[in-house]
Amino acid sequence: MEQSAVLTMRGICKFFPGVRALENVDFTLREGEIHALMGENGAGKSTLIKVLTGVYPKDGGEIHLKGHDAAVNIRSPQDAQNLGISTVYQEITLCPNLTVAENMYIGRTKDPTVNWKKINADASKLLESLAIPAKATQQLGSCSIAVQQMVAIARAVDMDCKVLILDEPTSSLDEQEVAKLFKLMISLKEKGVGIIFVTHFLEQVYEVCDRITVLRDGKLVGEYVIEDLPRVQLVSKMLGKEFDDVADIKSEADTENIDYNGTPVYEAEQLAGTTGIKPFDFQIHKGEVNGFTGLLGSGRSECVRAIFGADKVNGGTVKVNGKTVKINKPLDAMKNGISYLPEDRKRDGIVGDLSVRDNIILALQVMKGFFRPFSRAQAEAFADEYIKLLSIKTASSDTPIKSLSGGNQQKVILARWLLANPVYLILDEPTRGIDIGTKVEIQKLVLKLASEGKSVTFISSEIDEMIRTCSRLVVMRDGKVVGELSGDDFNQNKIMATIAGGESK
Amino acid sequence: MSTNSNVSKKGLKDRVALTDTSLLLIITIVVFVVMYVCAVVFLGKGFTKPQTFLNILNENASLIILSCGMSLVMITGGIDISVGQVTALVCMACAVHLDFNGGNVVSSMFLAVGIGLAFGVVQGFLVAYLDIQPFIVTLAGLFFAKGMTTIINSSQFNVQNEQFQAMKTTTVTVPLLGAVNKQGVYVPAYVEIGVIVALVVVILLFVALRWTKLGRNFYAVGGNNQSANMLGINVKLTKFMAHVLCGLCAGIGGYVYFMHVGSGSPSHAAGAEMNAIASSIIGGTMLTGGVGNIIGTFFGVLSLSTIKNIVASLGLDEAWWTNITVAAMLCIFLLVQSVILARKANKK
Repeated sequence: MEQSAVLTMRGICKFFPGVRALENVDFTLREGEIHALMGENGAGKSTLIKVLTGVYPKDGGEIHLKGHDAAVNIRSPQDAQNLGISTVYQEITLCPNLTVAENMYIGRTKDPTVNWKKINADASKLLESLAIPAKATQQLGSCSIAVQQMVAIARAVDMDCKVLILDEPTSSLDEQEVAKLFKLMISLKEKGVGIIFVTHFLEQVYEVCDRITVLRDGKLVGEYVIEDLPRVQLVSKMLGKEFDDVADIKSEADTENIDYNGTPVYEAEQLAGTTGIKPFDFQIHKGEVNGFTGLLGSGRSECVRAIFGADKVNGGTVKVNGKTVKINKPLDAMKNGISYLPEDRKRDGIVGDLSVRDNIILALQVMKGFFRPFSRAQAEAFADEYIKLLSIKTASSDTPIKSLSGGNQQKVILARWLLANPVYLILDEPTRGIDIGTKVEIQKLVLKLASEGKSVTFISSEIDEMIRTCSRLVVMRDGKVVGELSGDDFNQNKIMATIAGGESK
Repeated sequence: MSTNSNVSKKGLKDRVALTDTSLLLIITIVVFVVMYVCAVVFLGKGFTKPQTFLNILNENASLIILSCGMSLVMITGGIDISVGQVTALVCMACAVHLDFNGGNVVSSMFLAVGIGLAFGVVQGFLVAYLDIQPFIVTLAGLFFAKGMTTIINSSQFNVQNEQFQAMKTTTVTVPLLGAVNKQGVYVPAYVEIGVIVALVVVILLFVALRWTKLGRNFYAVGGNNQSANMLGINVKLTKFMAHVLCGLCAGIGGYVYFMHVGSGSPSHAAGAEMNAIASSIIGGTMLTGGVGNIIGTFFGVLSLSTIKNIVASLGLDEAWWTNITVAAMLCIFLLVQSVILARKANKK
């Protein structure tokens, strides 16, 4: 029998100046199901969620909720909350300066006073029942991001919601935490809650979801029961073109040209950072693509930050092309031909208000010196070249970078570092939070660069992505390098085993 | 850093790191106590007498109230630099009202509160609903209040109204704190009415910030206003209310100032907003919003004026000495705060 619909959205439209973010989108959520909302960046997932939660007013269409005869009008997040629609966003939308308990209960009562005893007791009980490792009276800012995320979910759970929206909740969680979250989602589903799950991770969709709705370019592609939609099909629906298998690039990691006996392009001995990583040895040869892998927090980003001099380094020797050099700050690294694409695009990468062009020439300009600016024509030539080369989708090179989609922003940052013409390029999570099409493009680009003789370090939290791209993998655990895999050892099982370590037999 | 090493095992297990707000409050109180004790020990003289301490309150009752309002706005992440000139306007308006317009004390009080509220409402509306930078809005408010003060009356004059004089000279005796003077006569310790008003304001606002929904919303909005919006808090209303309450405080504080000086003048309370900001910061309110405590602000005012008194009693009477000492104190405070918060962040 068909489960009854708890939420029905019909013909939803939303326009932004110059963009049709949503056009006639239908969406149906049934009681007690986990419904994946999929689409590339810019497909309209976030917009749909924001319309549903009252962050954006809709420009057309109707929203019906179970138990309401007429179409409901959601004008603010409060309205959504009152109607039983709760959201957990990708970025933590809690207040770091308040306590855990307060974050769970603030903004929810009509009561003009705060009963601390009650909210602390209630919060403790709830945290315990959900096995969240936080104390009710702890300041939220002192918890890890993962715990903060779980507190946000706990808040939503406690609001007795009929519709729970999880907008990329897993992007900052490690596998164990994801498993815990899924357990929680399934138990909520059994209680009849309808869950909308937005994520980039295909595996996760197939692990927990019952149904999938796919959006593309602000339009509805279709709604599918999960069993009827194999992965390849899903990806092809999202991309909107016949799926040229991502696995194709597997063989492209060409190891034959790499001269392992020659002088390494970059070599570090007992390099030690101040950010909690143990001293490590590392080298990379010309034309090689290698990767750092490990669980969240294992220190893979810290390693490359130490290589680039982004974090303070204490101790160790570094050789570039066989010559000993000192790298204490990013500029030192850049002058030695090392480029680094940081993990956190928003914080360390883009300069949001500057134009695409200015963002592209930034690194080169820094190396040249600020008192010798590029002429407008030169800058334009550089920008246009790379916009074309990486097929960056932007109105013009004058557009502020912040108005681009995540994937295109990433390409701009990539262009910035390519323009600096490095011999050794470090890419820390270049494929995070961007759409599948761009992911594939970036992976292909990495392989192309390597075949042109550049050395690349490629870091991704998706192991299969790394297997496809890298020829050697440095495995980390708890801030220590615990293994280096290449050749025959280079397969998923072996990598997992190395990451997990000896204790898990 | 752990001072309570002899806590029982259970106590240790349940111990939770202090929130930033509580941590900064403790720092403020400790610094004030240490400073005052040092003054008593090394300077002796006046500082040993309870009345010296009470005089600090008498002198600063108005500043305490202004600072409390300032802290509210700062906790929401804003600022209000108009409060000093609003104080001057309140003094002038009430003075003219009492002496030239035949007003009585009660109506002058309403006038003061009304002026403060009017500023709060207009500024709050501009900041919250039209989304204009609070600094700019209240800067406009500052100039407007300054202009209005001079329009009402351009020179200083003392209020003659008898009813007001009676109220102004009324003091409240504080039991047990009196001292025997050189002639052997017992002089009771006293505070002005304004101090009582200030203490009431401090307590009311402290309770409001800690135990009311509106109070907690101030912190949430200051912590992250987008998050606060997502959490279902009416951010605009919250910011508006912070400015309204700050305006109300400026009105009340202005009247307390008026009772203390008993005159109207365009130059009254010049720079009071800066003292209020400094006191709030010393009291552990952060300019970035979301962190602060009214009790801290209270101690912030006391610290600020104690340091001024210390400088004065060292014979360094010139204004620049005081200013430089206050500047140094602010720097040290901000430094201590950021060091401690950074250490705490590293520990997690």
